[in-house]
Amino acid sequence: MRVVEKSQLMSATEIDRTLQRLAHEIVEKSGGTKNLALIGVRRRGVPLSQRIAQAMREIDGVEVPVGTLDITLYRDDLSKVAAHPVLQSSDIVFSVDDKDLILVDDVLYTGRTVRAAMNALFDLGRPRSVRLCVLIDRGHRQMPIEASFVGRMVQTSDTEIIEVRLREVDQEERVVLVDRVE
Amino acid sequence: MNPAAAAPVRQGGTNTAENSPRDGLTYRFRNLLGMEPLTAEQIVFLLDQSKPMQEIQRHPLKKLATLRGKSVALAFFEPSTRTRISFATAASRLGADSMNLQAESSSLKKGESLLDTVHTLDAMKPDCIVMRHSSSGAADFVARHLEIPVINAGDGTHEHPTQGLLDALTVRDRLGKMDGLNVTILGDIQHSRVARSDIHLLGKFGCRFKLCGPAMWLPRELEQIGPPGCSIRRASCMEEALVDADVIIVLRVQQERMNEPALPMDEYVMLYQLTEERLKMARPGALVLHPGPMIRGLEIDPSVADGPQSCVLEQVTNGVAVRMALLYLLMGTPPEEPNVSDAAHENRFYRPNVS
Amino acid sequence: MKLWIKNGHVVDPVSGTDFPQDVLLEGDRILATGPAAEISQQAKNNGATCETLDATGWVVAPGFIDLHCHLREPGGEASETIETGTCAAARGGFTAVCPMPNTRPVNDNASVTRSILERKASVRVWPIGACSKESKGESLAEIAAMKKAGIVAVSDDGRPVANAKLMRQVMDYCRSLDLPVIDHCEDASLAAGAVMREGQTSVRMGLRGMPSAAESICVIRDGVLAKLTGARLHIAHLSTKDSLEFVRGSRKHGCQVTCEVTPHHFTLIDEDVIYDSNYKMNPPLASREDRDALLEGLADGTVDAIATDHAPHEPASKAVEFDKAPFGITGFETALALALEQLVHTGRIKLMRMVELFTTGPARVLGIERRIAAGQPADLTLFSTDQEWTFHAAESPSKSRNTPFDGRYFKGAPMATIVAGRVAYRR
Repeated sequence: MRVVEKSQLMSATEIDRTLQRLAHEIVEKSGGTKNLALIGVRRRGVPLSQRIAQAMREIDGVEVPVGTLDITLYRDDLSKVAAHPVLQSSDIVFSVDDKDLILVDDVLYTGRTVRAAMNALFDLGRPRSVRLCVLIDRGHRQMPIEASFVGRMVQTSDTEIIEVRLREVDQEERVVLVDRVE
Repeated sequence: MNPAAAAPVRQGGTNTAENSPRDGLTYRFRNLLGMEPLTAEQIVFLLDQSKPMQEIQRHPLKKLATLRGKSVALAFFEPSTRTRISFATAASRLGADSMNLQAESSSLKKGESLLDTVHTLDAMKPDCIVMRHSSSGAADFVARHLEIPVINAGDGTHEHPTQGLLDALTVRDRLGKMDGLNVTILGDIQHSRVARSDIHLLGKFGCRFKLCGPAMWLPRELEQIGPPGCSIRRASCMEEALVDADVIIVLRVQQERMNEPALPMDEYVMLYQLTEERLKMARPGALVLHPGPMIRGLEIDPSVADGPQSCVLEQVTNGVAVRMALLYLLMGTPPEEPNVSDAAHENRFYRPNVS
Repeated sequence: MKLWIKNGHVVDPVSGTDFPQDVLLEGDRILATGPAAEISQQAKNNGATCETLDATGWVVAPGFIDLHCHLREPGGEASETIETGTCAAARGGFTAVCPMPNTRPVNDNASVTRSILERKASVRVWPIGACSKESKGESLAEIAAMKKAGIVAVSDDGRPVANAKLMRQVMDYCRSLDLPVIDHCEDASLAAGAVMREGQTSVRMGLRGMPSAAESICVIRDGVLAKLTGARLHIAHLSTKDSLEFVRGSRKHGCQVTCEVTPHHFTLIDEDVIYDSNYKMNPPLASREDRDALLEGLADGTVDAIATDHAPHEPASKAVEFDKAPFGITGFETALALALEQLVHTGRIKLMRMVELFTTGPARVLGIERRIAAGQPADLTLFSTDQEWTFHAAESPSKSRNTPFDGRYFKGAPMATIVAGRVAYRR
């Protein structure tokens, strides 16, 4: 199976600008940042959450703690995969109790990842609220889950894949739409 | 035959050609029968995969649904409380069920052969068998006759691989590394599967070993059982054994063995007990490990057992983490080689190889 | 009924024959040997029917004798019977086999001996009787009566004769009866509980081992007693360097000590052992040094015979943990092929010497003749030194499958086995 690039959805500058805008939005709509915390969902949610935190620091001068979450153990499809995927550690140094958490991920698709992430968070404690921030929302939800903060909405078909490439992970920076070809 | 591991499989990955283990390189294990056949990379991988499990144990809520619907058969043909409970806990934390076979009440006592007993268990369709048996090689024997994964929880005097792993994890966490350490093992090493697994494991990381105990339990051949190039020496007395030690592994005195040939307990205590005085001869901060259960006042002085250098409780906690990691890894590998790209439907978890 | 074996290459140790020659059999005797023209004449004499067997490319040797095997009947028929065992023996090229007495009941009296001889068999059966009653090592068995009934030697194989005084009595008695005494040399206290040879491998695998001293201590004791009594002593399945050196030395002092080595002991070593009971036998596979010494002994004449110690065990009894499995592997059908592979093809010994080890060597131990000459029994082993084949345990007529050589590829195989003038096996 190969992938063929169909089009570029976002360039590096556009990604950056979007993250800046999302940072503002979150601060605005949070009615105070005292209990705010960002949780980046592995893998690409992690650098995104860190960049959003950085933007918050620069623009609004607020210091918001950032944690990382590995949801592999909470997936609902482990029995279908070839071999169990490699585990990475979660790393949340602060307590989640009574916090207003913002889950950060690159792409919102079926919503299963977010469902798993919420299970993971609630095993850690009792957050006051959980909201979702994603760079791309591509529709096709299979869970009753929506994002409060969306970088861009994109219509896609099932055979298409959206690849978010970030410099921290992929050595390049853009969002592309690719097609799966048998 | 040693069905320990297939080739490494790449999953999730970046667009670059090289993928480091951080990028999702996973090893597939069919069984875990011993430390001897594993490579250093595979061992590091197992220890790394135990870390998230250690974390789970720190959560207020320790139960996951990861292996829900799966079941683990605990076939303990030799009595054991600690290891069996550790595996049962590991299974339960990941949401799996366990089926329990205990030696005392087992059908083996009624004359059923090991193979028949195991086939009967297998017919109840567990996803994995964890086995402890008094015959060396029993896990290997059973693994050859079953399709499902087998985890060796101790076979005769041959190996106790999960103990090796939890000992290594404890050492790595406490000292920050497990390479090039001076490891001293004390006690009845000839009959110790724990000692063998520890040597096979740490020996692959350049550790040097000194063995000390009663002469009839320290045959010359022990100096050759490690990986090639591994330095193993028998020490004639405790003092020589403990000098410069970074890690001291105190073995259980198997009372049944005290009778063949007879060694008076008092002699053992006088010559081989790890006392505070003797411990001082090791490096400051040297770790004291014990596979348990301890007989305080026999092989180990109670003050050492409870002292700051003792790691016995961490060993137990790490034991659950290591066993959770193993269950997670072994129960995720189906017997046939599947098409890895089958599961690459979810953008989140797999990046198909971009040509 | 005549049988004309044509175009074969006769190898006969007694006469030193090692060239093409035809052999003519009549009834159960060899009628003549010689070039084709001569034999052709004799074959047509007297108008009797004459069958031919084309042995082109094959070696024609005197019939092989296996000094040491277990046929399990009476009592152990689930693992083997005399019928199935001798059928396998014929397939291995053996024309005569000596089954050990550790049956149920033990062959320690004439009636058991007779019942064994009454069984249907594909090859000659020359039973070995027990030294002691029930092989318990306490009192003498009815050896003279058994000799009358047909035993060719005595042994308590499976166990040593542990009591030196009893062993001396057995030797004295057997010297007067002109029977060889065969001992399974093992010191019970050193070997107790052991499942393989003590050494690097046993320590690594966590399996209890017996030191080579367990064998040599007993060999030395037996040798000293043999010198004392003047008996004919034969060491069964000798497996260590120390034992071999002792045998070599004691011969120099005029002792009548002979010894045999099994094919698995000159092929495999303790390092080959895996957790598979097909590698478990007694004596266990020995060290590399021991094996090298055995190969030397086979070449320099210290070893008198190759014997299989064919020890069948029904599959269920061997499919258990190593510790619990009974000792023993089968051996009839792989013996010749292993001897060719390890000894002849490697250049360690000449073909003539190998034939000795299967024929005149064992014959000497038993005090009989074995050669290809007019008037001799028509027992012949015809084999190829380059026939390529793969041994499959499942195809064996033996009831048992316990062998480490299943699936092994060989060059060289038995092609036909003739016992008392009858073709007992033909490939």
